[in-house]
Amino acid sequence: MTAALDDLKTRLADTGFIADDQIAVAIDLSMKLERPLLLEGAAGVGKTEVAKALADMLGVRLIRLQCYEGLDAASAIYEWNYQRQLLAIKAHEGSGETAEAIEEKIFSETYLLKRPLLTAISTAVPPVLLIDEIDRADTEFEAYLLELLSDFQVSVPEIGTIEAVSRPHVILTSNGTRDLSDALRRRCLYSYVEFPDRAKELAILKRRVEDIEEQLARQIVAFVQALRQEDLEKVPGIAETLDWAAALANLDVRVLSESLETVQSTLICLLKTEHDLKAVQPEVTARLAGRAA
Amino acid sequence: MTDAVSSPITDRVAGFVGHLRLNGFALGPAESELALNVLDAVGAPDADGDRRALKTALCADHDQWQRFDDLFEAYWHARGRVRERLVERDDIRPAKSAVASLWDRSLGRAEADDADQRASTSEAVDEPEGDGGHGRLVASRQSTMFRRDLREIAERDEIAEAERLAYRLASAIRINRSRRRRAAPRGEPIDLRRTLRASLARGGEPVDLYRRRRPVRPVRVVLLLDVSGSMQAYSRYFLQFARGLVGGWYEAEAFIFHTRLIKVSDALRERDPLRAMARLSLMTQGIGGGTRIGDSLRVFKDRHAASALNSRSVVMILSDGYDTGAPEVIERELTRLKKKARRIVWLNPLAGWKGYEPVARAMTAAMPLLDGFAPVTTLEDLARIEPMLERL
Repeated sequence: MTAALDDLKTRLADTGFIADDQIAVAIDLSMKLERPLLLEGAAGVGKTEVAKALADMLGVRLIRLQCYEGLDAASAIYEWNYQRQLLAIKAHEGSGETAEAIEEKIFSETYLLKRPLLTAISTAVPPVLLIDEIDRADTEFEAYLLELLSDFQVSVPEIGTIEAVSRPHVILTSNGTRDLSDALRRRCLYSYVEFPDRAKELAILKRRVEDIEEQLARQIVAFVQALRQEDLEKVPGIAETLDWAAALANLDVRVLSESLETVQSTLICLLKTEHDLKAVQPEVTARLAGRAA
Repeated sequence: MTDAVSSPITDRVAGFVGHLRLNGFALGPAESELALNVLDAVGAPDADGDRRALKTALCADHDQWQRFDDLFEAYWHARGRVRERLVERDDIRPAKSAVASLWDRSLGRAEADDADQRASTSEAVDEPEGDGGHGRLVASRQSTMFRRDLREIAERDEIAEAERLAYRLASAIRINRSRRRRAAPRGEPIDLRRTLRASLARGGEPVDLYRRRRPVRPVRVVLLLDVSGSMQAYSRYFLQFARGLVGGWYEAEAFIFHTRLIKVSDALRERDPLRAMARLSLMTQGIGGGTRIGDSLRVFKDRHAASALNSRSVVMILSDGYDTGAPEVIERELTRLKKKARRIVWLNPLAGWKGYEPVARAMTAAMPLLDGFAPVTTLEDLARIEPMLERL
């Protein structure tokens, strides 16, 4: 590990994000080579956190575009402010201006509503652009995004091409609900984010949940790590661990195996489906808690 | 890179990219350059740092991500060995005759060494591409074959004809489906953008109103095809049916299962029928054995459901319901699947027999959870799937 990478990890840690070597290298390269970074991994492993931490660390804006099925250019890139345009037309009706002059006026940047992608490339200080769950968007949108990511310019038919003022740091996340195109994958650096290992999760927990006791933190992490090995529909992510830790700390739990009832009733923080809650019966909880002790 | 002593680093890195390419990574010259840039940028003093950097730059999906470390190890620390072996493997392609016989065997045909039969199989499969474009053959085709139990079709020509019919049926379904329109419940909203643009020509008055409509999105079909021993007589037609459906329908996926579950969409989409069959036969080894419907459903749910299913999905299970696993498993898995898929339809060839009652334990367990249950004993039954799909 070079000094530069260690430095990056420290700076990320200052924002509350604990990075392992692999993700640190990925972030580092993505900044140095100015390439988008594609993060894949199960839900809850902290993909989105990467972007937030990066924005925090650089002290820049985080612009987030949440993708969904049917996302189109109008809500991702730009849209004309029709109400204002209509008003402007009416207001200029009696002024004797020519149609061309009015047109010129209403199709100018004043009447343009910038959506996340356009905002991202027209900000003076390069922001962090988070394109969340790109796999939920349609393939057509993916193709458009590809064009944007390679040229960093948006063309608006009415006023021409808007060039990027700065190149945003782009981070894309995907949960694998659909295969992404090879073209998009090739344009991006790639990193697969795993569930954190014991040491990393412990570090995150200690940082995020203030004044949690060392012993309890260790047990919680051991418990959750063991729970992830069970046959579950929705494996608990880091956010769930943090919720649970906060709950336990508030209920004055010291040792998991000594307050099994509380543990059982607070499992709702970790398990989010009926099937999973049923699958983790008190015996299972006791076994996991016993192992964690 | 500390161990690249003998040759210049560029060559070694280019060699590494080539090594990855042979192992199925889609990399071009641009990536070689990227690899060099990455190494330059990261400036790591040890091989581990370099490995991480290259991993980030050269991997494109989870599968590659998992294999990368081994490939890296193989190239930089034990040069050559792994690579040669993989080159060889890539070239293996079954010879023509071998392909046909493999296919025969996989379809449960009795004697694969019968040369005549072999010829007929490949012929049956060898259909022109645009064969599905004959509009609605459902109504026009009333041949006797259409109504016969598929088990009773024995003559070689008839088999070929039936297979062709099954394939075309599926293609016809696709064409009809994609033309479908659905009334918008609240009318179509006005497209302000176009309306306003057009109003310029009218002096600013929005005279021509343009509207937006939601595009018609076809349902996604997921076929789960039972190819176990008890389904032998039917599976060949169903495979053709699956091929027609998947080959033409953008949003269709097909899986076959016996004791395991295998995704066959890619193999079925293969344009060259011979290669499609070769790939299928390699995948269906073990075909004709027992069935584990419940376990196969679980594997489907765990591995493929996330990408294959959405809220518009129809899951079609083609199986006779004879299962060697416990019926509770089926019940549980179907319940889970129901949450992910819009509809689950079970097509059962046995249901077409006289006096059939769903007595197979698996079938009894599944019945209450299904949105549709229909017999598919004859080709006519297959044709009837279409209106059923439309209802869903």
